[in-house]
Amino acid sequence: MSHEHVSNIGRIWKVFGILSAVTVVEVILGILKPEALHMNNLMGLNLLNWIFYALTVYKAYYIVWAFMHMEGEKSTLRNAVVFPLIFLILYILFILLTEGDYIYEVFKNSTIKWNF
Amino acid sequence: MEATVTTANSEEKTWGGGNEPMGASYGKLMMWFFIVSDALTFSGFLAAYGFSRFKFIETWPLADEVFTHFPFMHGVSAPMYYVALMTFILIFSSVTMVLAVDAGHQMKKNKVILYMFLTIIGGLIFVGSQAWEWKNFIKGEYGAIETKGGSLLQFVDKDGHRVALADFAATLPEEREQLTRNKAKWFMSEPALPSYSVAEVQAGFKAHPELLIRTEVVTAEKQKTILSRAESEARLSQAHYVVEGANLVRNEYGSKLFADFFFFITGFHGFHVFSGVVINIIIFFNVLIGTYEKRKSYEMVEKVGLYWHFVDLVWVFVFTVFYLV
Repeated sequence: MSHEHVSNIGRIWKVFGILSAVTVVEVILGILKPEALHMNNLMGLNLLNWIFYALTVYKAYYIVWAFMHMEGEKSTLRNAVVFPLIFLILYILFILLTEGDYIYEVFKNSTIKWNF
Repeated sequence: MEATVTTANSEEKTWGGGNEPMGASYGKLMMWFFIVSDALTFSGFLAAYGFSRFKFIETWPLADEVFTHFPFMHGVSAPMYYVALMTFILIFSSVTMVLAVDAGHQMKKNKVILYMFLTIIGGLIFVGSQAWEWKNFIKGEYGAIETKGGSLLQFVDKDGHRVALADFAATLPEEREQLTRNKAKWFMSEPALPSYSVAEVQAGFKAHPELLIRTEVVTAEKQKTILSRAESEARLSQAHYVVEGANLVRNEYGSKLFADFFFFITGFHGFHVFSGVVINIIIFFNVLIGTYEKRKSYEMVEKVGLYWHFVDLVWVFVFTVFYLV
């Protein structure tokens, strides 16, 4: 065992508090759907959804860093796991979402009808 | 510069095993790499969902109109609360898991047993909740009509509240017998018939002049379009099929792909939770019989913990993508 093991129960409960608070904020926003956020778009996605995604990544960070104890691992392990994921996921999202939007435009603006 | 250093081994033993590249044991490292590949799998699914959603961006169902159930509260529209509860259950079982790992580091067997037990219970409650969610989704609440062109029509009253087929469909003296294997000539049968025929829904609609039809198209106010009475009648004359609930072919919520993705992604996640519970139970019994006490290391608990947290991590994304956005 490489790293020394001090009990960090305090931190565990703190992270639980953060995750719960963020979830509560998400649910409240999801129910209220504030007009100013919901109706304004940024890059094809409304601001409310951007906030949801930002909060999700924020939660993911705490789960991986605190619960999966990534913060205690060597930086090589950290990088080997995190960087491929970040780049590959952004890449597939970019490709597929752009393509999906393109097909939507084709159905909407051209003479092709969606028939099935 | 940790990157270039192999862990404390003299040169002749570099290839002899026992090394710990990246400072993690073999099992832990492989668990991490499994998680990487599994995370990519889930990203692929969620990206495919995003693809279909962007493709049908104007007709996609609105999540808070689909998931509105809460246990013991019939007829109350409670979007999000149930799934938020499920999220809390899973996050909490993640907390007990990390407490078990923590107790394992201090070789406190009894605490590991307690926390592992709580984790398993949390996992079971979550899987059960998901089953309940699926039950409501499959059963449906209002029913809808599919037109010949494949679009979906739902029914609302003057105030825009949804109306169930059962509330207005007429009863016509027509008998349509379900074709079953024992009545058929040769291996023939058909899927369960809907409770009402298209003609019954059309007759009922005619008899209730206050009803209107709601299409799948989302307006600029991010609501579904409600047609005028004349338009509604015109659209309903194109009716082709009565849809009740959801299956892999069609669903009463809207786009056919919506239910497919819901079943596939939450199902795949649910399967991960289920296998996580099974693995947790195995490790739990190993802790009980003192395997790790003898081994003087609770690293195995840590490894299943990694998997369990990963399942929680995936849920955080599924929650956002399916219920919030």
